[in-house]
Amino acid sequence: MNQPSVELREVVKRHGSTVAVDHLSFSVRRGEFFSILGPSGSGKTTTLRLIAGFEHPDGGDILIDGRSIVDAPPNLRPVNLVFQQYALFPHLTVFGNVAFGLEMRDVARAEIQSRVGAALDMVQLAGKGDRLPAQLSGGEQQRVALARALVNRPAVLLLDEPLGALDQQLRQEMQGELKAIQEQVGVTCICVTHHQEEALTMSDRVAVMDHGRLLQVGTPQDIYDAPASLYVAEFIGLSNRLDGRLASVEGPHCRIEVPGLPAIQAAAPAGVEPGGRVTIIVRPERLHLSQQAAQGGFGNVVPARVAKAVYNGHEMQYQLRIAENLLWTVRVPNADGGQKRFLPGEAVMARWNRDESVVLAR
Amino acid sequence: MKSLARHRRGLLPASLANLVFLYAPIVVLIVFSFNAARLPTAWEGFSLQWYVLLVRDHALAAALQNSVLIAAVSTVIATLLGVSAAVGLERLPWRRRVWLEGALLLPLVIPEVMMGVALLLLFVLVKMPLGLLTVTIGHAAFNVPVVLVIVRSRLHKLDPQLEEAARDLGATPWRAFRRVTLPLLQPAIVGAALLAFTVSLDDFVVTFFTAGPGATTLPLKVYSMIKTGISPEINALSTILVLASMGLVGLSLLFQRKRVHA
Amino acid sequence: MTTDSTGSRTNVCHRAWVLVPALIWMGLFFFLPLLIVLLISFASRGTYGGVEWTFTLANYRDLADPLYLWIYLRSCALALATTGLCLCLGFPLAYYIAGEPARRQGIWLMLVLIPFWTNFLVRTYAWMDVLRTDGLLNTVSMGAGLTSDPIEILYTDAAVLIGLVYGYLPFMVLPLYAAIERMDRSLIEAARDLYAPGWAVFVRVIVPLAKPGIVAGCLLVFTPSLGAYITPDLLGGARSMMIGNFIQHEYLVVRDWPLGSAASFVLMAMVSAGVWAYQRAGGERLL
Repeated sequence: MNQPSVELREVVKRHGSTVAVDHLSFSVRRGEFFSILGPSGSGKTTTLRLIAGFEHPDGGDILIDGRSIVDAPPNLRPVNLVFQQYALFPHLTVFGNVAFGLEMRDVARAEIQSRVGAALDMVQLAGKGDRLPAQLSGGEQQRVALARALVNRPAVLLLDEPLGALDQQLRQEMQGELKAIQEQVGVTCICVTHHQEEALTMSDRVAVMDHGRLLQVGTPQDIYDAPASLYVAEFIGLSNRLDGRLASVEGPHCRIEVPGLPAIQAAAPAGVEPGGRVTIIVRPERLHLSQQAAQGGFGNVVPARVAKAVYNGHEMQYQLRIAENLLWTVRVPNADGGQKRFLPGEAVMARWNRDESVVLAR
Repeated sequence: MKSLARHRRGLLPASLANLVFLYAPIVVLIVFSFNAARLPTAWEGFSLQWYVLLVRDHALAAALQNSVLIAAVSTVIATLLGVSAAVGLERLPWRRRVWLEGALLLPLVIPEVMMGVALLLLFVLVKMPLGLLTVTIGHAAFNVPVVLVIVRSRLHKLDPQLEEAARDLGATPWRAFRRVTLPLLQPAIVGAALLAFTVSLDDFVVTFFTAGPGATTLPLKVYSMIKTGISPEINALSTILVLASMGLVGLSLLFQRKRVHA
Repeated sequence: MTTDSTGSRTNVCHRAWVLVPALIWMGLFFFLPLLIVLLISFASRGTYGGVEWTFTLANYRDLADPLYLWIYLRSCALALATTGLCLCLGFPLAYYIAGEPARRQGIWLMLVLIPFWTNFLVRTYAWMDVLRTDGLLNTVSMGAGLTSDPIEILYTDAAVLIGLVYGYLPFMVLPLYAAIERMDRSLIEAARDLYAPGWAVFVRVIVPLAKPGIVAGCLLVFTPSLGAYITPDLLGGARSMMIGNFIQHEYLVVRDWPLGSAASFVLMAMVSAGVWAYQRAGGERLL
């Protein structure tokens, strides 16, 4: 069962003169929760629609369980889509909506009853079968949309910005529920979103797209801690950036010269020669602040002045001015005993371990 | 709305005057249909005699029958064509759609005389005798845009993702249309059909040119009555027509407003 | 070839085939007849009123005859007068309705529309009843001592004008109302804040903002008024012939089809000119 559930091979799609999807290739394993992350216009929604069958690729192939489905119309694909705005049929009850797919495939009445009942149980809407969509809350509507898709036991479940229309509180709840249901049913799931936190929280693997191209595919950890490009690094999470030149390489580490600052030590990047331009990315939570000048065991120390200090309940978020036009963000948990809280205007030293940064070629 | 208030107070009398202007003739018409006297110069007491005369008028009954028959048949044709046109137009790319839609809506802009005259010429040239059939054809033709406008407007407001969702769930294009789009369009279709029916019942000009002997409709009969001479019988008939039209259009609006929870 | 939303690589038009029956019907019973009229307008009148298929421009030339030209001019004048009167009467009404609270707006609009739904013949006949020498108008005015002799309005241009205004007033009120209702009130307030007196606010703020409604209303009144048939026929009589009646006269009485067809097409041209002027004045798509 090593065959991927979904496979895209060099898929191309043009909308007029723009290339929406540019030679896209990736595969999704059976039972995996796979997110496609990217800004609007990145081609992620088009990709989803190509898999669902609402658009036809201009080139390449799409396979599900090893079979090409590129020429099949949407009603013949083993794929079901949960629309961003749910697209619930307003003139049908919740039961009618969920049963729709089964009715289209002429499933027996009795079986429809039991399967729809089970689906509604699974999304915790049992007993609401005879309500109309207009009588439901946003969260409930979303669950109906989910049940309507899952009841058909598709090989692949597609989700288009599933939590986009929900408020913050509901979002967090639904993230957990969605993931739980997906694991329970074991269906392969491809989710399209521009919301990073969601993608990182719920997915087994994430694909980052921009302008129709795939930039990186990996686990959430890979994407966050080891971004393959500057774009990915800056798209995901907050990043603190230093631009400099590679001075020398010593084994697995290197020295980088940054104008105006002491030399920085970091993990040596692959494929960059001494003299080449690089960018160092340090995540806000990797930085430690203190007022002592001495090194104290960390690899790099950079002097800075606190520009802003924001109390965020569980953490302090500082904005540090490193240089004339370079501002960094630092996050310090408030439970970290002994950590002093700094005030705007104070001079501090920002430290991080040389292995806690990412170095990328520019 | 406050900034309009200062100007508006002075406008109420003018607005009411407008309303009086709009309703006075009709009210007069209705009132005098109950006048026992033949002429409206004097009121000679309440009477239903003119209505009684109407009921006994056989020619009138025949005209009514023709009107209803023509209206029914032409409405069915116009509704079928109008709905299919609305659906078909929705599937076209923008540019072609605007052009074709404009063409199909043209009868609404053309003076009725032209349409009547043009149809007359067509029938004469193909040597088709004028009668119920020719009138029906004409009515069906000018009612297609009526149906089209109403149904298109509703179709446009439907969420296009609904039909996609149906396809995603296994429906063929036809089944998706029948199970999702059509039920949601139903109020608009019924409303449009009712309106087309009313328009057909009321039509005079096109009917005038395309009707032959034996195909007298109610409006044509009213016209000949008017040309013969003013009589309270016409008032009575008019009153009935007014109330019938209002009723039908009221029904039509009611149907169009009916929300199918969308 | 484009791909449609079902993903099948078919020509989009292939799926729009449902459009075809309507196109065939309208093609046969609307466009074809109009084409025939156009063709006949270039033909000659046969001896007994039929058509002789010899190409000629005589019909259009004949229309330039002062006798016929007068009919066109009068029709234009009547249509313009109707439009102007409808505008004067309709604007205050529309403005008033637009200022009412939402629910009452609905009631007012319904009231304005109800007469419109009744049979046009009936409505025109109603005015015949009122305007004749022994009709209501004269009865009231003589009874109140305003006039000693009956006013002969029926069968004059004045009666036709009244009938036209009556028939097409709702066509002016509705677009006006829509435009005024959509107006940004804060602009009026801004003008007052900048010391503008009432009259200036009206002329320099309200009217320009209501322009789309004015233009639409004018088109919706002018076009049908130009081609009116029933109103001049019943209220105007032989003395007040408009283009519509003239066309009917040529076809059914004189039986000069080519001339009648030419007259029809000139009317068509005038209507098109009206629509063109409307588009030029920045009119939005109405339908």
